[in-house]
Amino acid sequence: MAHPTQLGFQDAASPVMEELLHFHDHALMIVFLISTLVLYIIIAMVSTKLTNKYILDSQEIEIVWTILPAVILVLIALPSLRILYLMDEINDPHLTIKAMGHQWYWSYEYTDYENLGFDSYMVPTQDLAPGQFRLLETDHRMVVPMESPVRILVSAEDVLHSWAVPSLGVKMDAVPGRLNQTAFIASRPGVFYGQCSEICGANHSFMPIVVEAVPLEHFENWSSLMLEDA
Amino acid sequence: MADVIEDKIKNYRTAPFDARFPNTNQTRNCFQNYLDFHRCNKVLSSKGQDSSPCEWYQKVYKSLCPMSWVEKWDGQIEDGSFPGKI
Repeated sequence: MAHPTQLGFQDAASPVMEELLHFHDHALMIVFLISTLVLYIIIAMVSTKLTNKYILDSQEIEIVWTILPAVILVLIALPSLRILYLMDEINDPHLTIKAMGHQWYWSYEYTDYENLGFDSYMVPTQDLAPGQFRLLETDHRMVVPMESPVRILVSAEDVLHSWAVPSLGVKMDAVPGRLNQTAFIASRPGVFYGQCSEICGANHSFMPIVVEAVPLEHFENWSSLMLEDA
Repeated sequence: MADVIEDKIKNYRTAPFDARFPNTNQTRNCFQNYLDFHRCNKVLSSKGQDSSPCEWYQKVYKSLCPMSWVEKWDGQIEDGSFPGKI
């Protein structure tokens, strides 16, 4: 989850998010290098005592500052496209979960075997237990088995919503009448938080998403318990 | 042939990748399997044959389709107002 005064991304919990993180570091480094160079040149120009103002053209420098940016752009594009295609790989999911957006809560359906469905409402601030996170906790979490490819089908029952979990590197719009597919693998057990990412009315900020990744046996126990309770 | 299908149904985990629907929008995938299940049932039962191979389509649409959509369509089929051709 996010921390106060956080500057970078949340710790990655899926392989795709790890790649995105590293790519961002790479691209940001290039940006910092270019910005530092430009800032240096500006300061040098402003503070020089030299006064010759009659240099009119220079073929060599023109070639350099055309080719070099093109090379830098290629160096950014190649890892970017690599990740794009990586995210588009055909994966073989072990499990399909439907996340349906409502005003103002999410509901999750696990229907591969039995019809398991439940709603996930935000825990109101006055009902939080000590140590729980304000505006992020929910009464029921979306539990997934760790290290398993999971397919998430996102849709909505009323207006536009968006299902996002930053540490898993996932965001997918929830459109009424449309079924949008995304997938992830939770590389480690843990609890991962997200929030609705498409304006959907008064309580748009109060319909969070909590994904809990657990070992497979725990997932099986949890789903049996949930089916009994329903 | 029938036992290949039976095996596939028995070892079912979740809806597999369907090359007819390779993109993000899986709406048609869900609807197509729903249609195929009912069409398969209709054809096989009209010929008096065993309709257990149709179970595959049912498993897939149950995995993919939101429960509310399935309930709505089932209701429409009962009413006779279902928009798809079965």
